[in-house]
Amino acid sequence: MATTLTTPARTIRPASYVPVRRKKRIAPSRIIATIIVAILAVTWMVPFAWAAITALKSETEAAATPITIVPESGFTFEAFAKVLQQGNIPQWTWNSLFTSAAITLVTIVISALAAYALSRIDFKGRKVLMIVIVVSLIVPPPVLIIPLFYQMVAFNMIDTYWGVILPQVIAPAMVFVLKKFFDQIPRELEDAALVDGAGRIRIFLQIVLPLSRPILAAVAIFVFIGAWNNFLWPFIVTNDSSMLTLPVGLQTIKSAYGIQYAQNMASALLAALPLIVVFLFFQRQIIKGISTTGLAGT
Amino acid sequence: MSASTDIRRVSTPQAPAAENKHAARSRRDRIHGWSFMAPFLLFFGLFLIWPLVHGIFMSFTGKSLTGANSSFLGFANYAEALGDADMWHALGNTLYFTVISTVPLVLVALVMAALVNMGLPAQWLWRLSFFAPYLLASTVVSLFFVWMFNPQLGLINEALAKVGIAPVDWLNNPAVAMWSIVIATLWWTVGFNFLLYLAAMQNIPQAHFEAASLDGAGGWRQFFSITLPQINQTTIMIVILQVLASLKIFDQVYQMTGGGPGGATRTIVQYIFETGFTGYRLGYSAAISYIFFGLIVVVSIAQFAITRKRSA
Repeated sequence: MATTLTTPARTIRPASYVPVRRKKRIAPSRIIATIIVAILAVTWMVPFAWAAITALKSETEAAATPITIVPESGFTFEAFAKVLQQGNIPQWTWNSLFTSAAITLVTIVISALAAYALSRIDFKGRKVLMIVIVVSLIVPPPVLIIPLFYQMVAFNMIDTYWGVILPQVIAPAMVFVLKKFFDQIPRELEDAALVDGAGRIRIFLQIVLPLSRPILAAVAIFVFIGAWNNFLWPFIVTNDSSMLTLPVGLQTIKSAYGIQYAQNMASALLAALPLIVVFLFFQRQIIKGISTTGLAGT
Repeated sequence: MSASTDIRRVSTPQAPAAENKHAARSRRDRIHGWSFMAPFLLFFGLFLIWPLVHGIFMSFTGKSLTGANSSFLGFANYAEALGDADMWHALGNTLYFTVISTVPLVLVALVMAALVNMGLPAQWLWRLSFFAPYLLASTVVSLFFVWMFNPQLGLINEALAKVGIAPVDWLNNPAVAMWSIVIATLWWTVGFNFLLYLAAMQNIPQAHFEAASLDGAGGWRQFFSITLPQINQTTIMIVILQVLASLKIFDQVYQMTGGGPGGATRTIVQYIFETGFTGYRLGYSAAISYIFFGLIVVVSIAQFAITRKRSA
């Protein structure tokens, strides 16, 4: 599947960009398929829609039986206003944004450097490092939470941004995705520069990185999404309400607000909004990234 | 190396210079290589290797969050874990979830991709619809579904009532709760598998289908004799990724049911979390972590062996 990556500098388009062969006669099977897919897609939108409808009701209306789709007293932004005023959602959004951006930046830098060395530099110990990193892919993050928590206590990093960020910057899978991509960049480009006396750093910065922009973007988006949505680690390393990330903060809202359904749904939608916007902007890169590597699943 | 330099020695008089250059380059490469690796290795060592090793050490002690009794216990924690009915229950729940979630997460994704791949219009719309939930944090998904599953006010029971089905207590009935988690998980993550399948199907050369059409093979026939075999590798990959992801389940369960009712949905990761952070027994919790790790290693090796055999 990775063969679609052989020309690194090519502009990204979805792997599905195959022109439909013929459009003259529409087969009945295709109509049936369209109907089934449409029903499925509508079903898949129901939880979003129902959350939105609930969030736009007043609290009493949201908890009233029988259930209404359009509330008798009309829609209201009350729940959104309340959640934004009272809760810590703006603070949590900032925490998530800051930590996710920092995790993404550090991960990209250290992974790209490592991937370049593994791909291009012929140094002693490279093979051993490769094996160690491959084997590390097997370690499930939950196994590390107990010793990592203990380590964070020792480092005095509980309830700090450092504590949230640092343990999340190791992404062996991303190193391999990047290495695979670097492997496909023609060596001649670098050899010429090496003969001219250019240093490794300069080659890396001026030749390899510019050619790798699409894959760097894909990896960055994935790391960002993963960090933004990560629950278990921030949940363990933060306690203070002002330090929580958005997903962890939402969990506390649920218990604190109890049965305030409209506010619960308003909070959930506000938390979902940033990534939906990211997706709408980077739809092609995200789909391309998944289609070519399946990298987010590891 | 000697053979190649010998030849060069015959043909070029500056051979020693070339050899020096070569040695200098290999020394430079060693320095460069390790320098490029250094930042990654620093974090890798600090936050992966060290806790992994330290965790093993902890699992042999009575270390607790309160600081008391960090004496060396040998294999006592492991022995206790193997006799711990709650641990086995959580492990059983985890395996149960893995089986009943992997099947629909693979099959539904396959059906979705096969349908969308029939040359439907508005491809981006279907991709967006099925994949959008994957972008949500687990907490958002849980909030959505706790609300949808609400016994009195939930949309699902309301819809069931419309067609005359009695209300279901989705999250509080021990026989149903895990299935409710599967439904939420299916909605949340099937889009990822769907995209993998769709990409694989679109990579199949059209010529296969054209030839089959000429031979008179219908749509079903083509799907089973061309599409499925062609995407075999993708299926294997999706199943592997899915099994490993399902074994690690924690978020949605913890958020939707808290492991209840009566421990019916408590998974192994939650049990690790609870023994460590609610029971304050870090050493014991670490021991359970490594039992879980052992399970993951066994599953990974089994899958590796299967894929090796398949591709050989």
